[in-house]
Amino acid sequence: MLLLLASPPAWAQDDAISTPLTASPGDATRGRALVADRQRGLCLLCHPGPFPEERFQGNLAPDLAGAGSRWNEGQLRLRLVDSKRLNPDSIMPSYYRTEGLNRVGPAFRGRTVLSAQEIEDVLAYLLTLREEAPR
Amino acid sequence: MKRALPILLLAPLCLSASAQERRSGFENMARDTQAMQTDDTANPGMLWVLEGQSLWHQPAGPAAQSCASCHQNTEVSMRGVAARYPAWDEASAAPIDLAGRIAQCRETRQGAPPLARESQGLLSLSAYVGNQSRGLPIAPPADPRMDAAREQGRALYTARRGQLDLSCAQCHDDNAGRRLAGSTIPQAHPTGYPLYRLEWQTLGSLQRRLRGCMTGVRAEPFAYGASEYVAIEAFLASRAQGMALETPAVRP
Ligand code: HEC
Ligand code: HEC
Ligand code: HEC
Repeated sequence: MLLLLASPPAWAQDDAISTPLTASPGDATRGRALVADRQRGLCLLCHPGPFPEERFQGNLAPDLAGAGSRWNEGQLRLRLVDSKRLNPDSIMPSYYRTEGLNRVGPAFRGRTVLSAQEIEDVLAYLLTLREEAPR
Repeated sequence: MKRALPILLLAPLCLSASAQERRSGFENMARDTQAMQTDDTANPGMLWVLEGQSLWHQPAGPAAQSCASCHQNTEVSMRGVAARYPAWDEASAAPIDLAGRIAQCRETRQGAPPLARESQGLLSLSAYVGNQSRGLPIAPPADPRMDAAREQGRALYTARRGQLDLSCAQCHDDNAGRRLAGSTIPQAHPTGYPLYRLEWQTLGSLQRRLRGCMTGVRAEPFAYGASEYVAIEAFLASRAQGMALETPAVRP
């Protein structure tokens, strides 16, 4: 939690959140469903990924295939919690942040996009994505 | 070395709409949707144009005047009008968009009951008046009194908003032409409004479209008719200056 609250002096100095957000470990099956869910995870709006059953995947962002071999757990956790700490101009939503937002709709005010447990679930799923997308 | 990275990450963003060739959302559409727009007998928006034409000739208000009583020869009197809105409104000393002007004229000059935003009547009259400018280039007024609104519109366009924390520019300038799920992101040119949207299964205004883009990022939209929308409309018009009007367009 401290890590989340401390404002990092420079983007490069902490490029990971190594402590899990919850005591209970993430569940990769739930995580996969969240990633594919267009109302909850929203990931496939922007990212393509290894979801042969899902039509209409976005192409605004890197393929999720291989994410688990490109990044370690802590790095992926930071990307989900608040990717803007790595790249302030990122279009990727900060999934676990409620501060510093503008005109949030009443139904979403004060709520994070995903809960702590959901972040850990998505993370557990991303770590299973070891294989790069075919080129 | 590490300092240089953020600049590298910014590089793709520089290929913004200003550097791209301007394209109407029409260009992104499937052939059959394009054909639906260009063939008046297939374009559902033409039903609203016809409805607007009949309203235009309908007497209303205490003096039983129709729009046509004061604005004779619509093809001449309304030609090019839609292309220069939003414009400055002397009465309210503020910018006004075409739907706002039509509603104002109906209420204050015709003395007829007001027409609400997105009502069938106001959409139909807007489609009819807009249709008189089809094919004409968007020509925002040079009026310097409009400058503050255009600047406000630009600021609203580039500000991040909502739980998803995205600005209009991040989608419509930085990522135009790419796919957000199944939709190709257009450059957000206001060339076709009011238009028939297949997803709505009805005709809707530009403000309805803007509202949809705001709720899409989980932001609180403005109220219909709000000065913020008129400011965004004025900015989008200046950005699309010279592009041809398509009213009533069709969009997915
Ligand atoms: C609005 C678009 C958008 C959404 C929604 C989104 N991302 Fe991203 N994501 C990006 C972009 C763009 C990048 C590239 C890096 C950057 O610009 O921050 C990225 C980067 C990443 C990366 C690192 C990329 C790499 O090289 O492997 C991962 C992992 C990732 N996202 C996972 C997710 C997951 C999981 C979700 C859903 C919970 C998600 N993203 C939702 C836009 C998005
Ligand atoms: C009693 C006469 C009268 C009636 C009835 C009337 N108008 Fe007008 N309208 C005017 C006048 C006067 C103007 C201002 C003309 C100008 O500024 O050059 C105007 C301006 C407009 C404009 C702006 C034109 C421009 O060049 O910017 C539109 C659009 C318009 N009216 C639409 C309508 C519609 C639609 C109706 C019917 C619902 C209607 N009017 C009914 C008198 C009338
Ligand atoms: C997350 C990306 C995203 C954001 C942010 C966004 N839009 Fe959009 N917008 C879209 C997509 C996608 C479409 C096309 C939808 C379709 O074709 O079904 C669209 C359509 C439009 C259109 C219609 C263009 C036409 O051809 O008729 C306009 C205008 C527009 N947006 C303006 C805006 C404005 C102004 C904002 C900021 C308030 C905004 N958008 C924010 C993705 C976005």
